[in-house]
Amino acid sequence: MLADGSVWEGESFGADAEQGGEVVFNTAMTGYQEILTDPSYAGQIVCMTYPEIGNVGVNPEDEESSGLYLRGFVVRDHVDFPSSWRSRESLHAYLVRHGVPGVSGIDTRALVRRIREAGAQGGFIAHGGAPVERLRERAAALPSMEGQNLVDEVTTAEAYEWREGDAWLPRSGGASSRRYRVVAYDFGIKRNILRRLTESGFDVTVVPARTSAEDVLALEPDGVFLSNGPGDPSAVPWAVETVRALVGRKPIFGICLGHQILGLALGGTRTKLRFGHHGANQPAHERDTGRVMIASENHGFALDAEALAARDDLEVTHVNLNDGCVEGLRHRELPVFSVQFHPEASPGPHDTSYLFDHFHSLIEADRAEA
Amino acid sequence: MPKREDLKKILLIGSGPIVIGQACEFDYSGTQACKALAEEGIEVVLINSNPATIMTDPEFASRTYVEPLVPDTLEQILEIERPDAVLPTLGGQTALNLALAVAERGVLERLGIELIGAGIDSIRLAEDRQQFRVAMQEIGQRVPRSFYVTEAGQADAALDAVGLPAIIRPSFTMGGTGGSIAYSREEFVKSLDWGLQQSPVSEVLVEESVLGWREFELEVMRDSADNVVIICSIENFDAMGVHTGDSVTVAPAQTLTDKEYQRLRDAAVDIIRRVGVATGGSNIQFAVHPGNGDVVVIEMNPRVSRSSALASKATGFPIAKIAAKLAIGYTLDEIPNDITRETPASFEPTIDYVVTKIPRFAFEKFPQADARLGVQMKSVGEVMSIGRTFRESLQKGLRSLEVDAYGFEPLDLPLDELRDQLRVPRGDRLALIGQAFRDGLDAAEVHDLTAVDPWFLHHVEALIREEAAITGDFDLRRAKRMGFSDRRLAALSGTTETEIRERRLREGVVPVFKRVDTCGAEFEAHTPYLYSTYEQECEARPTDRKKVIILGGGPNRIGQGIEFDYCCVHGVLGLERDGYETIMVNCNPETVSTDYDTSDRLYFEPLTLEDVLAIVATEKPHGVIVQFGGQTPLRLAVPLERAGVPILGTSPDAIDRAEDRERFANLLRKLGLNQPENGTARSVEAARRLAANIGYPVLVRPSYVLGGRAMQIVHDETALDRYMREAVSVSPEHPVLVDRFLANAIEVDVDAICDGKAAVIGGIMEHIEEAGIHSGDSACSLPPYSLPRYIVEEIRRATREMALELGVVGLMNVQFAVVDDTVYVIEVNPRASRTVPFVSKAIGVPLAQVAARVMAGRSLEDLGFTAEVEPAHVSVKEAVFPFVKFPGVDTLLGPEMKSTGEVMGIDRDFGRAYAKAQRAAGMDLPTAGTVLVSVRHDDKPRILGALRTLVDEGFQLVATDGTAAFLKENAIDATRVHKVHEGSPHTEDLIRRGDVALVIMTTAIGDAAAQNDSASTRRAALELGVPYLTTASGARAAAAAIRELRAGEVRPVALQDLQTR
Repeated sequence: MLADGSVWEGESFGADAEQGGEVVFNTAMTGYQEILTDPSYAGQIVCMTYPEIGNVGVNPEDEESSGLYLRGFVVRDHVDFPSSWRSRESLHAYLVRHGVPGVSGIDTRALVRRIREAGAQGGFIAHGGAPVERLRERAAALPSMEGQNLVDEVTTAEAYEWREGDAWLPRSGGASSRRYRVVAYDFGIKRNILRRLTESGFDVTVVPARTSAEDVLALEPDGVFLSNGPGDPSAVPWAVETVRALVGRKPIFGICLGHQILGLALGGTRTKLRFGHHGANQPAHERDTGRVMIASENHGFALDAEALAARDDLEVTHVNLNDGCVEGLRHRELPVFSVQFHPEASPGPHDTSYLFDHFHSLIEADRAEA
Repeated sequence: MPKREDLKKILLIGSGPIVIGQACEFDYSGTQACKALAEEGIEVVLINSNPATIMTDPEFASRTYVEPLVPDTLEQILEIERPDAVLPTLGGQTALNLALAVAERGVLERLGIELIGAGIDSIRLAEDRQQFRVAMQEIGQRVPRSFYVTEAGQADAALDAVGLPAIIRPSFTMGGTGGSIAYSREEFVKSLDWGLQQSPVSEVLVEESVLGWREFELEVMRDSADNVVIICSIENFDAMGVHTGDSVTVAPAQTLTDKEYQRLRDAAVDIIRRVGVATGGSNIQFAVHPGNGDVVVIEMNPRVSRSSALASKATGFPIAKIAAKLAIGYTLDEIPNDITRETPASFEPTIDYVVTKIPRFAFEKFPQADARLGVQMKSVGEVMSIGRTFRESLQKGLRSLEVDAYGFEPLDLPLDELRDQLRVPRGDRLALIGQAFRDGLDAAEVHDLTAVDPWFLHHVEALIREEAAITGDFDLRRAKRMGFSDRRLAALSGTTETEIRERRLREGVVPVFKRVDTCGAEFEAHTPYLYSTYEQECEARPTDRKKVIILGGGPNRIGQGIEFDYCCVHGVLGLERDGYETIMVNCNPETVSTDYDTSDRLYFEPLTLEDVLAIVATEKPHGVIVQFGGQTPLRLAVPLERAGVPILGTSPDAIDRAEDRERFANLLRKLGLNQPENGTARSVEAARRLAANIGYPVLVRPSYVLGGRAMQIVHDETALDRYMREAVSVSPEHPVLVDRFLANAIEVDVDAICDGKAAVIGGIMEHIEEAGIHSGDSACSLPPYSLPRYIVEEIRRATREMALELGVVGLMNVQFAVVDDTVYVIEVNPRASRTVPFVSKAIGVPLAQVAARVMAGRSLEDLGFTAEVEPAHVSVKEAVFPFVKFPGVDTLLGPEMKSTGEVMGIDRDFGRAYAKAQRAAGMDLPTAGTVLVSVRHDDKPRILGALRTLVDEGFQLVATDGTAAFLKENAIDATRVHKVHEGSPHTEDLIRRGDVALVIMTTAIGDAAAQNDSASTRRAALELGVPYLTTASGARAAAAAIRELRAGEVRPVALQDLQTR
């Protein structure tokens, strides 16, 4: 059931639960487990455009966080006989274990076209037989993503150290041997960001989202990282304030929600996209080199290009070639930059993973100056 | 980076005739490239010997050379045309090899011509397995252990290095020619020999076997700014060990986690950079260990390929077109995506359906061939199907194949035999796997037998399990969503296809059409490229324009090839000129017709009654054209008409009048035309009686066949009995046709167009080979080169009268046989024939376009086609055969068609045109040396003139006993040589020693004993590339050609020059 009143009948799988959220679609053809475990989907129902889902089961290695924060999972065909040497559990069993309801067998392409035309909207997953009018009301009553603070739901309760590297990363040998300490704000952080930071020569301390700038500076890090996460950046003004306090003090690198928070802290504004970018095939144009990187993206909000253009101290580094959306930002003088897409991929291509090394060299230069 | 302004004239190399491993996908890519370059204002010079291609239509290039794809000719053309660059990456392996050859001669350097797309070093690096290994190791990629062999003596060392089973891969061959898998030492030594012979550079790579690993392919593109994108991933249903061209393949990859997929993606990006493909597409194949994910790189093609054609159709991303634009300097982000219009080509397509490709085999044509699949490709065509789930896609693919299967048809096979057949992959393995589940085997056992990934097997098992539920009042929607055809549901539930269809329509269970849009519906699709599925929302959005549906030809197979796709495309072009909206239906991913750019709307669908009716119901066309796509759509004519669908052109009744024996005989009687004595037998006894009355030899065949399927010439009753026992099962429903065989007749093919009121001859082709050789396998000349004028006039008259009497509207093909002064009508086909493209090119009139417009109601007069064109030049067509792919198969020709493709030679006289055609077909006629002659008794007097010519031209003759004696009687000197059964040194030895420049060897068609004795000699000629002729008439034509070759250089001619003459 969508907020617009349309009913989409399918078969249920996964957990036996009735719940709602903003319905978004993702166009990645691989990596459904990474998508399921990405905290950025908190509060959302995810519809996969690729129809056969469940093919490779699930495994502990491919989890991007310790839990599932999304509200529901919609597929065209749910496959219950996984085939992969890595599989430890079926998709169905996994969703049951994590309490997430799934729907299969609906015309997902029609659903995607609906969202594309009408924009992302609320949806509610329920058993057949439930009164349609009541469901519609519940779907329509779902809070809009705008103004929603979902970060507090997904951030870590305690700070912790991260040590694990990425066994799947091709050894580039580009990373400097010199290790630096970075503090990573967890707004809903994906594990692969931590793995990539570790691979690029960082010792990482992950801190809760509401950790103050003073507390972070007290840890004496060489740099600060701002993670991805769910919801609206303008709903977490405290985070924007914290980041504003850190700009100019430490080199900063932000991804996704972290990028938006940094943008707001630097004086930008944010807009809501009609149905967002959720997929692993987005063309990110890098202005410095003129090259096009194929990037993994997952965002319903973006920084407003005009507001940034008005600022002399800021520079847009990447744009999405499909719609001109701002995908990357840097400060002209300070060692501060961020990207809207996901250089850590997972799922998605590795074209932009060099940005972690770039962060490393920024810090190296910053330390050298100091 | 914008377009390079220094490239004003580019020469594009085509891929030549259709052969196994290189089919019409390169017409698709070449045509796209021609269009893309012309769009940019670049002058395109094209060389391709295959007349049945769209790309060689004179309007697709500025200068079109239908000339042999050999270095000498290309060098001549480069001298004449002086292009700025040569683009070799769109014409398959043939084009790459040819570019490499002229570059090595220093021609490009001398003339200052650049090679764009891929440079010499990249081509060498990708093709030379040793260099490739080293390069892969440099970038940290594993390749299978291997050993490089250049002579047979290294066999032991190679085996020590890689162990058994071992893969044998000759360097620089296409479609895996000469490749094999050896399981024993003995097999290994034999295969190694074969491989060394097949490699043009006598190099073979002996490789560690990765049998049983999963196989994946990535289609990669790179531009001059070093942007790299993956267009499509493809997973092979068949495990490693089956050539990817013979594998059932699925897009996208199904059984990879994102971590594993990205590992392949990273590798692919590194590989295209390391090999150094400057711009364009490449195909990279990987094997992945099913138990631990280990990856090895199998190979890389630095060019567009069969897989890239598939990937283009599977995703809607036109790889060849984009490759052409990248080659002239554009970068991916500067090229718009045609389908979304708003987004650029610098992205990776995502799809929201499952694509399945299934190969089509022709083992029934080559009973002696080994039907097991291996590393050398054996399939002759393929189908692609699109469904929302793998199950739907797979079942749509099965019914697209046109092998009278409408899903997983049951097989009658004992269980132990079934297990045996599953162990080694064969052409029919899908049906075997289905039967295994029906017989109660579980997925684990089938996996152990076949090594097919359990993911695929579980889906097949689910489909077979579902069969049990299909009885009585079964859940129709559920079954249709799983892809079951009406036909199969009817068979399972004991009813008829019509009843199932009616129930569906009653219950509203009808398919919807979804769009292929490159982006999973993220952006709006402006291109109506559609497929059917059972879902909620229909995106067809038909227009209310005046429209015509053209039914395509389905999968390529012997007897039905690219020629019919050519006609379909021209049908579209013709109707567009008259303002119609054109709608194409086809399921062959290799073709130009299934380029979404060709017609206004494309339905990528099976060509079955069910699927076509669904499209007709949605589109409500003005009419449907069935006569361009060959037998496939023709079979649908009557059922479609019965279902109330308007068929354009010749009425199904007229088609029946031409095909039904008795009605046809009456027609000829009425017109006073001759026909060889014939009759229809409905039992073995009747066939014997009939043959005795007509008199042996007789031609026998089942009724209603294409490509001479199971057609034979029998010389006596014993042979007739054997034929009736082994080749056909005669019954009242399946009669056998018996015709008098016209010995030594000259066969003639005629293509004509009729609008119901007037009939105009397109072309009259005199066959080189005598009647009895299938017309598709025979060379022919337009205009006739030996027939007297009054005979040709009689043929003209008979053709016109038949066309008008039948009321043909559109194309018609007639086969005649001429014996002395008598003209016999062999058969009439009121539809597009295989020769239409050849004739169109020879006379400079696009016959199929004219025909389409006539079918839609225009008159010939209106269209200005009122008189036969009599060209000033001679055009010769020659057939090309797949024998080299089937070790042990004899190369003799007969009434059953065996050729896969054709080439054309054009010049001012017959001899030169024939010489060009032979050269294009891979038979470079010699101008000096020794001719080995061994001819059957009847041919001796007929061949005398040809041998005199050869002796006059300075050739020496070597002959077997009988032939030598005959020559001596006629005062011609010849050295004697033994036949094979007489012991060494014999004819085969001579060839293997390299002492023979030309072989002339004929045996009576159907004389098995004589054929067996000489088969090894013909095989030796084939394997060593010595030109050979197996008919007296072929020998005469060759002698004439050799005389012309010796008289002076043969020069290439552009079509554009001929037609303005």
